[in-house]
Amino acid sequence: MARMTMIEAVRSAMDVSMARDENVVVFGEDVGYFGGVFRCTQGLQAKYGKTRCFDAPISESGIVGTAIGMAAYGLKPCVEIQFADYMYPAYDQITQEAARIRYRSNGDFTCPIVLRMPTGGGIFGGQTHSQSPEALFTHVCGLKVIVPSNPYDAKGLLISAIEDPDPVMFLEPKRLYNGPFDGHHERPVTPWSKHELGDVPEGHYTIPIGKAEIRRKGSAVTVVAYGTMVHVALAAAEETGIDAEVIDLRSLLPLDLDTIVQSVTKTGRCVVVHEATLTSGFGSELVSLVQEHCFYHLEAPVVRVTGWDTPYPHAQEWDYFPGPARVGRALSEVMEA
Amino acid sequence: MSDLDRLSLHVPEPAVRPGGQPDFSNVKIPKAGSVPRPEVDVAPEEIRDLAFSIIRVLNRDGEAVGPWAGLLSDAELLTGLRHMMMLRAFDARMLMAQRQGKTSFYMQHLGEEAVSCAFRRALRKGDMNFPTYRQAGLLIADDYPMVEMMNQIFSNESDPCHGRQLPVMYTSKEHGFFTISGNLATQYVQAVGWAMASAIKKDTRIAAGWIGDGSTAESDFHSALVFASTYRAPVILNIVNNQWAISTFQGIARGGSGTFAARGLGFGIPALRVDGNDYLAVYAVARWAVERARRNLGPTLIEYVTYRVGAHSTSDDPSAYRPKTESEAWPLGDPVLRLKKHLIVRGAWSEERHAQAEAEIMDEVIQAQKQAESHGTLHAGGRPSVRDIFEGVYAEMPPHIRRQRQKAGY
Repeated sequence: MARMTMIEAVRSAMDVSMARDENVVVFGEDVGYFGGVFRCTQGLQAKYGKTRCFDAPISESGIVGTAIGMAAYGLKPCVEIQFADYMYPAYDQITQEAARIRYRSNGDFTCPIVLRMPTGGGIFGGQTHSQSPEALFTHVCGLKVIVPSNPYDAKGLLISAIEDPDPVMFLEPKRLYNGPFDGHHERPVTPWSKHELGDVPEGHYTIPIGKAEIRRKGSAVTVVAYGTMVHVALAAAEETGIDAEVIDLRSLLPLDLDTIVQSVTKTGRCVVVHEATLTSGFGSELVSLVQEHCFYHLEAPVVRVTGWDTPYPHAQEWDYFPGPARVGRALSEVMEA
Repeated sequence: MSDLDRLSLHVPEPAVRPGGQPDFSNVKIPKAGSVPRPEVDVAPEEIRDLAFSIIRVLNRDGEAVGPWAGLLSDAELLTGLRHMMMLRAFDARMLMAQRQGKTSFYMQHLGEEAVSCAFRRALRKGDMNFPTYRQAGLLIADDYPMVEMMNQIFSNESDPCHGRQLPVMYTSKEHGFFTISGNLATQYVQAVGWAMASAIKKDTRIAAGWIGDGSTAESDFHSALVFASTYRAPVILNIVNNQWAISTFQGIARGGSGTFAARGLGFGIPALRVDGNDYLAVYAVARWAVERARRNLGPTLIEYVTYRVGAHSTSDDPSAYRPKTESEAWPLGDPVLRLKKHLIVRGAWSEERHAQAEAEIMDEVIQAQKQAESHGTLHAGGRPSVRDIFEGVYAEMPPHIRRQRQKAGY
């Protein structure tokens, strides 16, 4: 067991996977010699050589398109999109190609690729380095979508993603890279070295895709969250004193519906939290499912706490980010309803 | 500023529209045999001319001439002729089947048969094509069963794609034919990735990407050239310039550039332009590019100059945008007739044998069609199961799709 940041954890996942399977290759913008702008691939080129970890031209459609071709050949590419905000040039390759190759060819060809991409705000990245595009992936049949919230999960889920026979979108909340950020930007962040989920085995292990984890047991209200918002929700529960049960989805597609339904059936109240914009966000899907499966157990309308329906602003970052105060108000609101 | 004219936008137009006299005077046709054949390790900047000329082997008299001639035996040429005739007969039957309502849609190759049929013969087993919808000759020339192609077109109970994919979007890993998407240009950069993988694994297999003149305008085309050039991928990048992208003439995609092949020059990729209606020239140029790729010398860009004689698809009517007689004026002739003439000149073929072969091939196609139709057509007979809608989205069906399948009653 070692103490790892989330950066070290995803690096370790790639390292372990590359050592175990020589068909695993890693490439993307700045990922080779330099090791990536967030340093997630640091040392991999030196260790595995430059035909297994290399720099790519600034062409996301090219990166994903070539990864698809490599996967058709039999490799397992794990590529980095430098920021989730940069994935749009590759969206055609992701949605119409990667997601459908197995289906349209009836399994004659498959597409086992992983696209890693830093997601979310909190680093003053402005509108082009802060986006959370997960709903643009969950709407696409044929993809799997993962958003880890801590180093332990990040490593186990990334290894699962690399070993998965289908394309996986792996969104890494960049504000969590160095610590469990709870939205209190005015305070120094606790490093992962002081958090139990910073304890990460150095070797191989997997976490199943499609299984949520309850981060806080509670009886008053269910909070459904993923990524950075898990830590924000935990802070909001502590600060309001409301006995919330906090579910960390980890995997959005496939979704662990059973865990959500069991919890909401028990608590009768539900708050859905994400950093992405509100309208047609993944929260809409979650609220629909809760309504379909838990309607007769609900004591109050389900509430969403999300980013505003605007581009992610620069100077007003902390007025945009749905921090613990906003989540706390929503918890009080559903308790009072 | 006041002495300058106002700006105006240039929108290119084809030379002729319906009602006008077909005019291909802008297509400069060099004499057969006149374009040199460089060594395969030539520096791309030394063969810039080849991106603007047209490599041709068969002359007007049906003789094979010049440095690109002499690669194929009588038997190989007869096989090539048979493949092209087979593809033409296949197209004729499938067009008719579409009109009879046996499928929703079809796309034919009329006039372009030499490109895919000859190219396939330059590859080895194990190489991989990333085709568009107008390269079925890659399957025919690799002896892929016609019945399977028809099963796919009819979306019947034996359709290899289980009814999920549009007609003619075949797939066959075994025959080096990547699943056709139906979107344009996406496969071009995938071919480069496949070739990169082969080089990463120190394999000997190579890849070929395919694209049409119109879709070279897509960004994936340019991504493909960047990646192919940067990593010197063992890939052949084919552009089939059949003059028309549905109703849009090639000038809209090409702009002020002289040729599509010339696109390769800025990337440092050797670029050749070839007579796409000349089976021998297509084969010779393909062999040259294959050798380059196989010897780890990197990618080659090839533009096949040809003409789409038929409609884009069964949903298209070309008389609305080009003169009806334009195909007759096309200066590079018909690929089947040209190879036939050459074989007759060689003394390996005759009008009688040709007529006989035509009848035999049509009979073979009809027999295959009967067999395919016994497994159903789009609206009659055996069809894929409704279960097939839900299978194969993922390797393992996730719970939400299982619930939806149950809701559908399966």
